[in-house]
Formats: sequence, structure tokens, C-alpha cells
Amino acid sequence: MGSSPDLVAAIGNTPMVELRRLAPSSGVRIFAKLEGANPSGSLKDRIARAMIDEARASGALRPGQTILEPSSGNTGISLAMIGALLGHPVRIVLPDNTTVERSQLLRLYGAEIISSPGAEGSNGAIRLAQQLAEADPELFMPYQYGNEANPRAHEEGTGPEILAVVPETDVFVAGLGTGGTLTGVGRYLKRMRSGVRIVAAEPLPGEKLQGLRSLDEGFVPPVLDESLLDDRYLVSYRDAVIGLRSLLQVEGIFAGLSSGAVIHVALRVAAEMSTGNVVLLLADGGWKYLSAGLWTRDLDELDDELQGSILW
Amino acid sequence: MSTIRIPPVLRETVGGSRTLSASGGTVAEVLDDLFASYPALRDRVTEDGELSRFVNVYVNDRDVRYRDGLATAVGEEDTVILLPAMAGGCR
Repeated sequence: MGSSPDLVAAIGNTPMVELRRLAPSSGVRIFAKLEGANPSGSLKDRIARAMIDEARASGALRPGQTILEPSSGNTGISLAMIGALLGHPVRIVLPDNTTVERSQLLRLYGAEIISSPGAEGSNGAIRLAQQLAEADPELFMPYQYGNEANPRAHEEGTGPEILAVVPETDVFVAGLGTGGTLTGVGRYLKRMRSGVRIVAAEPLPGEKLQGLRSLDEGFVPPVLDESLLDDRYLVSYRDAVIGLRSLLQVEGIFAGLSSGAVIHVALRVAAEMSTGNVVLLLADGGWKYLSAGLWTRDLDELDDELQGSILW
Repeated sequence: MSTIRIPPVLRETVGGSRTLSASGGTVAEVLDDLFASYPALRDRVTEDGELSRFVNVYVNDRDVRYRDGLATAVGEEDTVILLPAMAGGCR
């Protein structure tokens, strides 16, 4: 592999590692794609690059124009890194109950942080960002939840990378956030390989995060194509933390909280198979979660505290 | 009887309860049993006899839309979870 002309060009082509110690039987192989190996530390580098590239090419994003985006962390950090390299100031609407590492990283990359009430969750950050963008036409909002460049980055990048390494993929498991990963990878895999199953791991939101005032505030991200999903599992914070710890203890992989949920679901799915290949996507590394003590603290204590925070 | 978990946004329709018990062998039967006691819940959870797009229903941890929908089997020991659709995950 040669050198990349800059950091943005180094996005993608992440390692795929077989999890031989966690696989439940010899007939079922589990492979993990380590997206934490991307330049700013998460899979969101892929969609941030795609959304910015497309907007610059179409003229929707002018040279030097400010980017505004709601993000509970990874997408904001990716946009901040790329924005800094390409000369775009970046403002991120960040819920005020995420880990401190996220605001630290955003500031290091030069982004401005606008806090939204944590109790309103990601929905609250989205609403606030939309209000700010409407009030100021000078701002450009990529809007990852509704931007087709999001799933396309995975359809054209992540999906082909997976099949190049594991051509006989039978099941793909990833976390459900914007739905971009599952939709994009799902589209590519289903087109290339009949019978493949697409499985979503979604966080069971804590009580404090369920404080919607009405169901009308409910939200299905426009980029999520639910018809591509074959199964969808709800994962508690407790099970995600247990999964996270087993990734580290058994396979040596230091990953973020959503990866704990993804391995939890992947092991459940794998246990029901006699043969086949399961590919899972581990969205980020554990660095941004160190302050939360996910690997070290008492599980019951942690469980109570996590109910009110947005960790993935 | 299976256990039903009610999200905060729907609790006003069931007198404030976090969890309820209901009987039935499928999601549809369990919901009908609940609707008989709490009629206001019906309009919030279903639309023309189908699940509302903004409510997700799980039997234990699996979304029923990807199984047999309202016909998904529910056992005595199972928990049915109702949740509003929300933006979640790794944003």
C-alpha cells in the first residue's frame, strides 16, 4: 500500500479481523471490520467525506462556507477533521450528556460546539440544528439523517470492501443510528449476494432519553430503508457493556459502546447458525468512552448512570 | 400473562403505569387485551389496524416487524416492549 496524498484520502480500507475466540462453533466464522482505524477514529469519516465531496461538487457548499451538523459525536468529529483540512469552519450541535472526550476532540479539530439538552436526545440536537440552519442561510447542513451520500458512501465503499475480503458473507450486523450503514451496505450485499441477511442492533434508550412529548416527535431517519432489514434487535446498555468487555478480554479489541451491542447481537445470530459467515462492523475504538469507565466500573452502578446519557 | 413495557410518552393513556400485564398468544391478542382496558392506547399505537410507523414493538428484544408482525407469537414469560421511533445509535 502506497502513501495517501492527505488524511482525507486515507479514509476507508479498514482492517477485517476474524474473531476465532468468540465464534460459538467451528462451522460459523465471525469477521469484524474495525472502523476505528479510520483517520478520526470512526466509520463516520466515510460519510463525512462523501457528504462534503458531493456538496462541494454540486456547489451546495461554497469554498470557506460554514458547516453545521447535529451529532452526538462521531460524525461531528469527522466533519471537524475534514472541514479543517478543506477550509470550512464547523459547528456541531452536541447533546450535553455525551462523554467529555467528544467535546475535547471537536475543539482540538477547531470546531465550535453548540449544546442541546441531553434529555431530548439526538432528536433534540436535530431540531435545534434545523432551527439554526433555517435562521441563517450562510450555514450549510449536510444532515446525515437525510443525505443520500451517507448510505452511498457505504454502498460504494464499505460494502465492496466487505465482499472483497469475505466473499461468502451470509449475515451482516451493524448498529442502527442514522441507518446509513445498514442501508448502504445492505443495498450492495443484497444486489451481489442473494440470501444475505441484514441485521440491526439498536440501543434500548434509557428512560430519561424517552422523554418525547408526543409520538409525533418520533423519528424514522429518511436515509433508513427498513425494507432491507431482516431482523432488528434491541440491546440494553448492560448487554452492550458485557459485549464490549468480552471484545477486549477475549479478542483484544478496544472498541466503543455500539460495538458491544453489535457483538452481542452477532453472537446471538451466530448461535442459531450451524455454518456460515457473519460480518460485523465495529464503528469506533474505545478512546472516546474511557471517561465513562465502561471497562472498569461495577456493572449495576454503570447501568443506572448510562440510562441518562447518549453513548452511541 | 405476559408483561408489557409502556414508554413514558404513552403512560398517560394507561394511568401512568410503567408495566402492565395482558394475556394473548400473539402481539395482536395482547394489544387487544390492553386496548379493552385502555381504549386511548389504541389510537396511539395502531393506525387502521396496523402498527403505527412511529411505534416499534418488540417481543423480548426482537422487533416484530421483521418477524410475523402483529401475528408474532408471545409466550407467558415474554415481555412486549413498546417504544417510540427515535433517532438513536451512532449518529
